[in-house]
Parts: sequence; C-alpha cells; structure tokens
Amino acid sequence: MSVRLRVDPIACTGHGLCAELLPEWVRLDDWGYPIINADPVPGNLRAHADRAVDTCPTLALLLAKERR
Amino acid sequence: MSLNDDRWPRRQNIQETVVLPPASAAAAELTEAGLPRLLAGVRRGGGATPLREHLHQHGPLTDGRLRGSERSALIELVERSGLRGRGGAAFPTGRKLRAVADGGRRPVVVCNGAEGEPASGKDKLLLTSVPHLVLDGVALAAAAVGASEAIVCVERNAGDALAAVTRALDERQRSRLDRVKLKLSAVPPRYLAGEESALVNWLNGGPAKPTVVPPRPFERGVSGRPTLVQNVETLAQLALIARHGAAWFRAIGTADQPGSALVTLSGAVAHPGVYEIALGTPLGEVLAGAGGTTGQVEAFLIGGYFGSWLPAHTALPLPLAEQGLRAAGCSLGAGAITALPAGWCGLVETARIVRYLADENAGQCGPCVHGLAAIADATAQLARGNHNPSLERRLLRWAGEIQGRGACHHPDGAARLVRSALRTFAEELRRHERDGPCRTARRNSSAPKLLPAAERSWR
Repeated sequence: MSVRLRVDPIACTGHGLCAELLPEWVRLDDWGYPIINADPVPGNLRAHADRAVDTCPTLALLLAKERR
Repeated sequence: MSLNDDRWPRRQNIQETVVLPPASAAAAELTEAGLPRLLAGVRRGGGATPLREHLHQHGPLTDGRLRGSERSALIELVERSGLRGRGGAAFPTGRKLRAVADGGRRPVVVCNGAEGEPASGKDKLLLTSVPHLVLDGVALAAAAVGASEAIVCVERNAGDALAAVTRALDERQRSRLDRVKLKLSAVPPRYLAGEESALVNWLNGGPAKPTVVPPRPFERGVSGRPTLVQNVETLAQLALIARHGAAWFRAIGTADQPGSALVTLSGAVAHPGVYEIALGTPLGEVLAGAGGTTGQVEAFLIGGYFGSWLPAHTALPLPLAEQGLRAAGCSLGAGAITALPAGWCGLVETARIVRYLADENAGQCGPCVHGLAAIADATAQLARGNHNPSLERRLLRWAGEIQGRGACHHPDGAARLVRSALRTFAEELRRHERDGPCRTARRNSSAPKLLPAAERSWR
C-alpha cells in the first residue's frame, strides 16, 4: 500500500515543522508554506513522515493511503 | 437596471446592451444552425418572460412526478445528449446527475447563479429574461435525482435577476407547477462565492468561502446530503433537452461538446453582450456576428479572469469548444471573451486583473493569500516598466509554485493568467524594458473596481 503526503491548505498556518522533519519530501515556499512532493512516500522515509504528521501543530498534515 | 456598472469589464453595462444573435434579430424563426435556443424566449423590449408566455413558446413541462424508471430515463437522456456543465469546468452533466442520484440519501439541487466572474453576464441574462426556462431545468434536475428541495442561488447585487426569479417563483407557486420545493438564496457578491464548495458552505450557514474537498458536494453537500450544483445555463439547456431530445441537442456543436452555448463578449467589440453560439464556431465568426471588433485588436482574454490571453492571430481562427482551445493552451470557461482595445497595454490590464483576484482571495490558504499578493505586486512592477529578468523569473517561479496548493482553484487561475500574459505580451515586456513605463497605464481600468468594504462581505 502506497501513501502520499497531503496538506490541508486551510488548516496549515506555515509553522514549517514538516520541512524540518522531512526535508527530503517537503520544502517551504517564500512565505514558509510547505511544497510537498506528490509522489508516494518511499518506505525508508515512512517513519519520518509519520513523525511530521504527528508533530504538525495545526493537524494540517496527513498521510493518504491508497488501495492498490 | 440596478446592476453595478463597476462589476463589468468596461463601463458599458453588458446586460443593457444585450444583442440577440444576429440571425434572430429580424425574426424569432430558427436559422439553419437552429439558433437561438436558450435565447429564443428573450423579449425584445426587455423584462422577464411570464410563465404563460414561456409555456406557450417552449411547450409544457412534465410535472416532475417522475417514477424510478422515468427518472433514470431522464438521466440517460442527458447522458446521450452529451451536455457538459456551462459554469466553466465542462463536466459531463449526466454523470453528475447519476452520481447524486446514487448518493444513498435524498439529494438537494442547487442552481448556481452566483456569477462572480466580472467578464460574464450570461447567467444574469438568463435569470433576468427567461427565468422559467432555468426553473424548468431546476425542477427537472430535482425530479431526475429524486430531490424534494432545490435552492436557486443569485448574487445579492444582481437586483434585476433577483427580482425576476422572485416573481417567477411566485408565478410557479400560484399555478402549482412544481412538485419540488423551490427556494431562493441571495449570495454575497464575491468572486469566489460561486465556487461549488463555497456555495454549499454558504447554504450550510457558513461564509461563502471554499472548503477543502473531498468530500465534494455531490458526496456530502447541503445539510450533509448529496448535492447537485449546476450552473444556470446548464439547467436551462436541460429544460430544452427534456423537451426536444438528445438528437435535437446534438444537431449543432461538436461531437465532444454538442449544443449551443452562451458567450459574453466585452472590450473592443462593436456590440458587446451575450450571444448564443453553436459550440465549435470560430471566434472570428462569433465576433463578426457582434459587428466585429473596434479598431486593431492585438489580443483576447479567453475564459474571463480565470482564463488566458491569446494573440489575435492565434485566437481568431480557434473553434470555441474545449478541445480546440485546450490545444492552444486555454479554456472557454464560462464563455467570457474580452477583446483588448487597441492602444491598451496587456501587461497593465493583467496587473489590474491579478490585483483584483488577489484582493478577492478568501484569506484561507497561505500560498494563495501571500502568493497572489506577491504575484500582483510583481506583475504591477513589470507593467510599470521596472523590468528585470530576475523579477520575471521570480514571477514565473511563484506562478508555478502556487499551482494546485489552494483548497480551490483560485491560485491556479491567477497563475495561468499571468503565464499567458508573459507569453502573449513578451514584446510589450521588452518595450517596457527599453522605453520605460507604458503611457496607457494611466487609462481607465478595464478591471472592475472593488466593491465598497461594506459590501465586500463573505456572509
């Protein structure tokens, strides 16, 4: 099962912790909001992705599971 | 006549200068192309067509008491017709009807007349002049999906449309025409209020701002029910398809996008206004029907503020239908087409439009709030002649970066508009760099002024 990282853009207020915890998959734009790689998160980054999701202060980050 | 002039791309009030399709100017009889269809009932003297006259013209309507098999027959009919939504996304209407009908709970129908696009006037024209054709479509759509409640949404500032719909609803109630309960909602006059999820948000008691999807309205919308949100013109087309059939509908238009469509022509056009065209008609031909352009037009804005600039030589031969336009990198959207008047600066106009879009953002998503403001500033700088390659590069980077990062498509539209401007007005850009600011920058703006703060409310 592959998972993708998603952000709820209304809930996100640009704390930027996700980019600190998962720089391989998240970078920040000029205003501090995350630009997220749309590809499935590779297995070796999964633990870091989980931590980024758990740490988001506004609960804006989530991992979307895909069947298939 | 209370339409706010400032809402229109030029000072001219489109609604008051509506010109019927040239073929219909002399008589109401059908031309070879079978036009007009939607505008056939528009009264020459203005004003709304009363119910009796409407039914005489278009024939009676099935009473909306459809049983299971008849309901699916109506949906099949719409599927066969190939009708696509006329609010801008061109989504197949039959597929949407079926998804809502199969939603598992009793659905709600929403007629979307929150025409926030400043360059478009077609939905207001339909609501003002042939409200019963639209309401027929609402009643039919409700019957098709099994809804017992339908809400007609009209922009709060569109006084004529509101009055016409109020009167029409009253007429229908008195003659007990509809089985479905029809309600009216006056929506805040914001650019984004007509976005599907914003409309649902508003009807659920929230601000008229977009929400994060999914769930999409067809899954969970008004009161948590499956909700069919359809544009005014789409529903009017549905009312014609139910009466005349799929083959009739497909007799004009393209295979991919059959039927007629309303377009709003503005800017340097001899007779600006709303016209009914066969989809796939080349832009040049459509303009000729409106008396042609006034003066040398170098570029067209296709698809309104959410659209793209195209150089005239590319735009004029293009067939107005999604397939052909997509190949040229644009979209018909809700059919708004503006001709840039000779001597006007495309960059200056773009800067004004982008500023308007930035000011009309919902204040919800960071990339849109900050990105659009920065993009508007940078575009204004380029338009003023402060051209430098790094500014242009940064602008293009921002346009790429905000794409797809809002809850709705607002940032995507602004990004597309700016990119198309940099492509189409590349020569102007160099001229600004060489000769400094454009003198036309001091002209009156073609972009609407923002509404006064008191009216710029989301509730």
